Amino acid sequence: MINLASRDVLHGWGKFLFTGIGLGLLIGATLTMAGVFRGMVDDGQVLIDNSGADLWVVQQGTLGPYAEPSSIRDDVWRGIVGIQGVAETGNAAYLTIQMQQAGKDTRVMIVGIEVDRPNRPGAPPYLTSGRPILQGHYEAIADEKAGLRLGERVRIRRHDYTVVGLTRRMVSSSGDPMIFVSLKDAQEIQFLKDNDALVNERARTATNPAFNRPGVPGLLEAAQASATQARNVNAVLVRLAPGTDADVVAGDIRRWNRLTAYTKAQMEDILVAKLIATSAKQIGMFLAILAVVTAAIVAFIIYTMTLAKVREIAVLKLIGAKNRTIAAMILQQAMALGVIGFLVGRMAAGLWGPAFPKYVLLLPQDAIGGFAIVLTICALASSVAIRAALAIDPAEAIGG
Amino acid sequence: MDTPAIKLTGLKKRYGTGDAAVDALKGVDMTIWPGEVVGLVGPSGSGKSTLLKCLGAVIEPTAGHMELAGEVIYDGVWKISDLRALRRDRIGFVFQAPYLIPFLDVTDNVALLPMLAGRDNAAARKRALDLLTALDVRHRAGAQVSQLSGGEQQRVAIARSLANHAPVILADEPTAPLDSERALAVVRILNDMAQQYNTAIIVVTHDEKIIPTFKRIYHIRDGKTHEEAGEGRPI
Ligand SMILES: Nc1ncnc2c1ncn2[C@@H]1O[C@H](COP(=O)(O)OP(=O)(O)OP(=O)(O)O)[C@@H](O)[C@H]1O
Ligand SMILES: [Mg+2]
Repeated sequence: MINLASRDVLHGWGKFLFTGIGLGLLIGATLTMAGVFRGMVDDGQVLIDNSGADLWVVQQGTLGPYAEPSSIRDDVWRGIVGIQGVAETGNAAYLTIQMQQAGKDTRVMIVGIEVDRPNRPGAPPYLTSGRPILQGHYEAIADEKAGLRLGERVRIRRHDYTVVGLTRRMVSSSGDPMIFVSLKDAQEIQFLKDNDALVNERARTATNPAFNRPGVPGLLEAAQASATQARNVNAVLVRLAPGTDADVVAGDIRRWNRLTAYTKAQMEDILVAKLIATSAKQIGMFLAILAVVTAAIVAFIIYTMTLAKVREIAVLKLIGAKNRTIAAMILQQAMALGVIGFLVGRMAAGLWGPAFPKYVLLLPQDAIGGFAIVLTICALASSVAIRAALAIDPAEAIGG
Repeated sequence: MDTPAIKLTGLKKRYGTGDAAVDALKGVDMTIWPGEVVGLVGPSGSGKSTLLKCLGAVIEPTAGHMELAGEVIYDGVWKISDLRALRRDRIGFVFQAPYLIPFLDVTDNVALLPMLAGRDNAAARKRALDLLTALDVRHRAGAQVSQLSGGEQQRVAIARSLANHAPVILADEPTAPLDSERALAVVRILNDMAQQYNTAIIVVTHDEKIIPTFKRIYHIRDGKTHEEAGEGRPI
């Protein structure tokens, strides 16, 4: 027996391929959407992994330093470093700014790290070129995505910084590239203001209802303090000695220092589950709609293709083709369309993914899952056409 | 010549029920012998297509008796459970338009029937090529259907109807779209094939050009048939 589906496809292959490519672009958009979500998760994950920390110590009761503002004094590390199991601490300051460089407006996250010793928690774990920050002032290490070159001078607020090193995949939870500077520089950028501004600011802050919200005690004080003092940081990153139970140390820190401490797992929960929860739902909705649209389009295409063959199907039935043969023909065509669509879609997503401003992570398991879903959708969608084909009366071939 | 290829007695077909009922066939008697080409003529609405559909087992008669090559296939109810297999193996169809499958080449259009009947591809294609040779379209064997002339397409359709050695071929206006020369050529082929393969062929037609060629004609009028000798003019 010859394969009717493939013969039909080959006979009108141009049209079929064109349809498959169209469907593929839609599938490509769907895969990219999933990749955007994976990229967001991955951004959060690398933020945690690349920080080199096992614990994050932040202002009590906050989800800091990435998901909520957190401000603690820059000497709290003294109380932490003595705790059993703590190997190394690092003060860290984070702030997101809009940076103008060579006429381009880039959103970057400034990260202040301690540069007295190499490899403090919070520092970038590897450099793709250049060297670590050696001087206490006005040197920077930039993520490659910031678009800066080695040796380039970049203006951040009131000072010029020299890019001495480049690193990769160091981005904030919202995907903005990081620029590392010394903690002192970061504190200045973050907290210091000129005197007039300071006085005005204080008065304004005190009357600002946003800082006097019921249920957020201490917010005004924290805001005032952070506005006037350069002696604050956003978090202390803690590296533990091998074999130490992070939960135990976190418990100790919480108990003795009136601070909040998060383990890696908790931080992951904050960054991956809480911070991007709304975006995840947003993307989930989008994926669901795209799946329905894909199903509708496949159903429509296959249905139209089948209706165009009513006469041939009537003849096939008249000359004795089984329902099974006809159903298989339609199902196989739907599947072929799905396969072409998927291949085109995966290729398209791979091509346009890197052009996206944020990280798009196309995971093999998403591709496999997507392929299975596409085939399922095609099979389900073809059922409409199969039903129509089986309803065709062989008498139609004889006519009136 | 002792077993008729087709034997109909008192075949009736009523469409619909109640007030809307139409008695399209009101008791058709018909006997056709193997190797015969018989004309079936009648005015529009007389029941020709209805009769062909009953014979082709695509609609069920309402009453009567129907035998195919000696086997009772209808006697008030169908006596055969797999009507598709019946159509595939024992009835050939030729239509006004050739109704070939456009996505198969000429050979596979013919070979499809034996393939549907379970023959392997090589045997089916051999059968197809033999028939294409007999019908003088062997040289178009690898062509696409759309590249064939109308007459060639009709010959391929005839080859297809013969592919499973069916004892009966039903031809519905097979010459309508052809000029008189080609129409007569098709009738000649049908006669040759009937002889060569001992097949009974019923040709439904309005076509004045070919009516004189039949030796026997069934006239159908108002759901009833009566037989008449034709001119049997040589082609
Ligand atoms: N499916 C149907 N339902 C109801 N009535 C039908 C149906 N098919 C045919 N008829 C009626 O049965 C009668 C015979 O129709 P049939 O199609 O057999 O005529 P015909 O001889 O083939 O005519 P023509 O030469 O115009 O094709 C007509 O009165 C027609 O209206
Ligand atoms: Mg008719």
